[in-house]
Amino acid sequence: MAAALSAAALLLGCCGAALASGVQDQAEQFFRSGHTNNWAVLVCTSRFWFNYRHVANTLSVYRSVKRLGIPDSHIVLMLADDMACNPRNPKPATVFSHKNMELNVYGDDVEVDYRSYEVTVENFLRVLTGRIPPSTPRSKRLLSDDRSNILIYMTGHGGNGFLKFQDSEEITNVELADAFEQMWQKRRYNELLFIIDTCQGASMYERFYSPNIMALASSQVGEDSLSHQPDLGIGVHLMDRYTFYVLEFLEEIHPASQTNMNDLFQVCPKSLCVSTPGHRTDLFQRDPQNVLITDFFGSVRKVEITTETISLDRDLAGFENELPKDELATEPLKYADQLPVAQIIHQKPKQKDWHPPGGFILGLWALIIMVFFKTYGIKHMKHIF
Amino acid sequence: MGLLSDPHCRRALSRLVVRLNTPLCVLSYVAGLGWFLAMALPPLAPRTYMSENAMGSTMVEEQFPHGERALAYARDFAAQKKKAGGIPVAWLEKTMWGLGLEVYKQPFARTLPFPDESRERYMVKGTNVYGILRAPRAASTESLVLSVPCSEGTQNSQAVGLMLALAAYFRGQIYWAKDIIFLVNEHDLLGMEAWLEAYHDVNVTEMQSSGTLGRAGAIQAAVALELSSDVVTSFDVAVEGLNGQLPNLDLVNLFHAFCQKNGLLCTIQGKLQRSDWDTLPAYAHSLQTLLLMVLKQGSGRPQGDHGLFLRYHIEAITVRGINSFRQYKYDMTTVGKTLEGMFRKLNNLLERLHQSYFFYLLPSLSRFVSIGVYMPAFGFLILVLVLKISLLGGGPRPGPRGLHALDLWMQLNKCEAASAERLWDGDQGAAHAVAEEPRPGLLALVPPLLVCHAAGLALYLLPVLGQRVATQHFPVSEAEAVVLTLIAIYVAGMALPHSAHRALPGGGSDRGWMTLKLLALLYLAAQLSCAALLNFSLGFLLAATMVPAAAAVRPTGPRLVLAALLVLSTPAVTLLLGIFLHRELEERPAGLAEGWQLFLQALAEGLLQHHLYGALPFPFLALLTYPCWLLLWNVLCWK
Repeated sequence: MAAALSAAALLLGCCGAALASGVQDQAEQFFRSGHTNNWAVLVCTSRFWFNYRHVANTLSVYRSVKRLGIPDSHIVLMLADDMACNPRNPKPATVFSHKNMELNVYGDDVEVDYRSYEVTVENFLRVLTGRIPPSTPRSKRLLSDDRSNILIYMTGHGGNGFLKFQDSEEITNVELADAFEQMWQKRRYNELLFIIDTCQGASMYERFYSPNIMALASSQVGEDSLSHQPDLGIGVHLMDRYTFYVLEFLEEIHPASQTNMNDLFQVCPKSLCVSTPGHRTDLFQRDPQNVLITDFFGSVRKVEITTETISLDRDLAGFENELPKDELATEPLKYADQLPVAQIIHQKPKQKDWHPPGGFILGLWALIIMVFFKTYGIKHMKHIF
Repeated sequence: MGLLSDPHCRRALSRLVVRLNTPLCVLSYVAGLGWFLAMALPPLAPRTYMSENAMGSTMVEEQFPHGERALAYARDFAAQKKKAGGIPVAWLEKTMWGLGLEVYKQPFARTLPFPDESRERYMVKGTNVYGILRAPRAASTESLVLSVPCSEGTQNSQAVGLMLALAAYFRGQIYWAKDIIFLVNEHDLLGMEAWLEAYHDVNVTEMQSSGTLGRAGAIQAAVALELSSDVVTSFDVAVEGLNGQLPNLDLVNLFHAFCQKNGLLCTIQGKLQRSDWDTLPAYAHSLQTLLLMVLKQGSGRPQGDHGLFLRYHIEAITVRGINSFRQYKYDMTTVGKTLEGMFRKLNNLLERLHQSYFFYLLPSLSRFVSIGVYMPAFGFLILVLVLKISLLGGGPRPGPRGLHALDLWMQLNKCEAASAERLWDGDQGAAHAVAEEPRPGLLALVPPLLVCHAAGLALYLLPVLGQRVATQHFPVSEAEAVVLTLIAIYVAGMALPHSAHRALPGGGSDRGWMTLKLLALLYLAAQLSCAALLNFSLGFLLAATMVPAAAAVRPTGPRLVLAALLVLSTPAVTLLLGIFLHRELEERPAGLAEGWQLFLQALAEGLLQHHLYGALPFPFLALLTYPCWLLLWNVLCWK
């Protein structure tokens, strides 16, 4: 009797352990990607009516991103010109992405954060790095933290190593790489996906050097990205080819889909796009095979219902985020020293103890003495000593 | 050492210039003419292309449906015009108001300097009527103009009808970013000038008009339409404007693109395009088109109502519908669709047209010659003058020892030259300074200059001022009086040297006529260069005719031959020959009497256009070119 009871208890314990370990696995899977929130920064850099397609590009990515779950509060949308209300638009308050006006990507609830002349290189870099004046409203800030996955999409006219903003300025690939490095050092992202649809777009991601960045571009250096189809009622090209096929691809994605990045890399082959899309994954720590599209394009809240109790260990996921330790030792600052005014206004700090004169002063005096004795002769030395 | 600072090289260069002067001149002249003739060939005349980004590659599907309505409006307008005996102002105002435009009218009046016999008008009174279509969602800062002339009789009534139908259609669309002005101007160029002056609030000519009441912002582009038939077989475009100014090439490209899109047959200078490019007939065809454009541009007359817009930096073309005996006809709807497409493209403009060429020549509608390609032709002609000038300035001086010494730069540095001479031609050095002939001082050249310019001034002022006196004493009408006075003064100027010679001191030396010729050539070269910059055709035509005579003229030698050559090269004869050539190229050659009548008409027209619109060919020829030619005539008649 006791043996049966103990055997049953053992069995139950085993089952419980097995079950617990099963749920443990599931819990492990929970934290596989390492991010807890998603942000998107979508930028259209060109103005004028004949650049209608760049606004349509950005709005179609906006639409997909919103559909897959990222809310407006987590999207920073920058459009350099207002196509929907341009006097030349025969269908006001719409921006179409397919000809024959099949799909209106402007919609009813689009929220543009940076509009018209506010889309400048300075504002874009300030958004990325977070160096924003205190008066900036919350909707214009990128309030990401070290567990955010950020999608950055840029489109416009570009060249080898630069992207043109609004016909008057440019951002270079070096500036962009440095901005991303600032973001890394300030722990403003967990992983970053950078997509660019311009001519010679691959040149923009050549200079990246910060970890956890994956980049896609619509064309290689020396190639032009082409537009897709004109609309004969509106009289402009509606979309660029690369983004058109990306949009078609994204329309198939729903929040629960398991499609990974490798499928996104295949999106627009040369036969459809005429240019050769490129991508860069060497800075990224995970294998693109394991990266879901919704890791960046959607804001997926994973919910699993279980009645078991799970104990969460610190290193549960097996995903170690190695944060480099800060070299500077931070000792607790006293109140008076928290703002180092002397360093700010370049005052000489008061010397607490006497230091012997440095090499420069000594050398200078030695030179003066030598010149003196050369001029007046060594015989004067006896007058001194 | 540099080519020009090294005395050895300088000397060699100057010897080359002196020895080979005539062959070089002839070669240069032939090269210039040859380059001009070669401009009609494909390598020098590339295909046209659209340069403006905003008027990009995409075109809209035009939807204009009101062809029949246009014809109905046209019939109404013709009837009303007949009833009113001029422009039916009230009917136009009512119709435009009914279409939803803002209507304004502008009365104007002008008394011509002398009666215009070809159009039979002297004291002109008229009214312009225009309606403004306001852009529904834009700020009325920019506008486009569609203008239609209201002509005598039943001409152009279909154009008015089409304009009204287009206005009705445009009014129903919401995609206009610029206002559109629909203008009906009376008395063609006079009314257009009055409207433009009042619109821009300037007073270039003495037009009396009440100021315009309605404005629509800065005008970006204008299209002038002329249609006199219910159906058309082809569309002709006219580009030459006042003083030979041309609209931006993009506007012509736009017209060509839309003709191709709608399958319309389009011509320029009335000539169809040929598809083959390698054959001789095709070359002759494009050369003819090119020559027609050069002749029209050189005359400085606006070839349509659009010509007056160009002065205000508004790009404009005139589009004419032509109904010939061809089989295939296009109806009003197609024409309306073409215009609709053009206006929608112009609507997309963000700034004035500036990306494409402003100076060009068109051997056909799809090929152009840019300024960088046509200027060398003119440059070769001026090179002839430069060679002659350098020869005269430093060529051989026929003196007691027949020295071939000085070139132009040495002349400027006399002392250096003298010492260099002593170094090189040792024994001749001392005598060299003595061998300098006494040059007639520059003061001695002043009388011929003054007299020639006085003749030019008389040519400019007297015909119009003296017409009253002339009509009192001779049985001629005012216009004839003006033209005949003009010709009389022109010919009388040729007799001046014979009477002015006695007054000239020290004028009997060779040095004298050489210096005068040098001055005349410099003057001619400067004038022609300035003319060619603004109106290439005028400069080139004058250069092609005057340069050989100017280079060859001298008092010695075969005087009769040189005199004949000089008379043939005078601007008046160039005009006469140009008229004959023009009629020949248009394939309706004119006989002698008809040609003479046309010549007289052209003179009167030139004077009128100068006084009415500020055209520059007449003052340029009278005040600058004619005195220069008289100077050369003085050289020929030197004693």
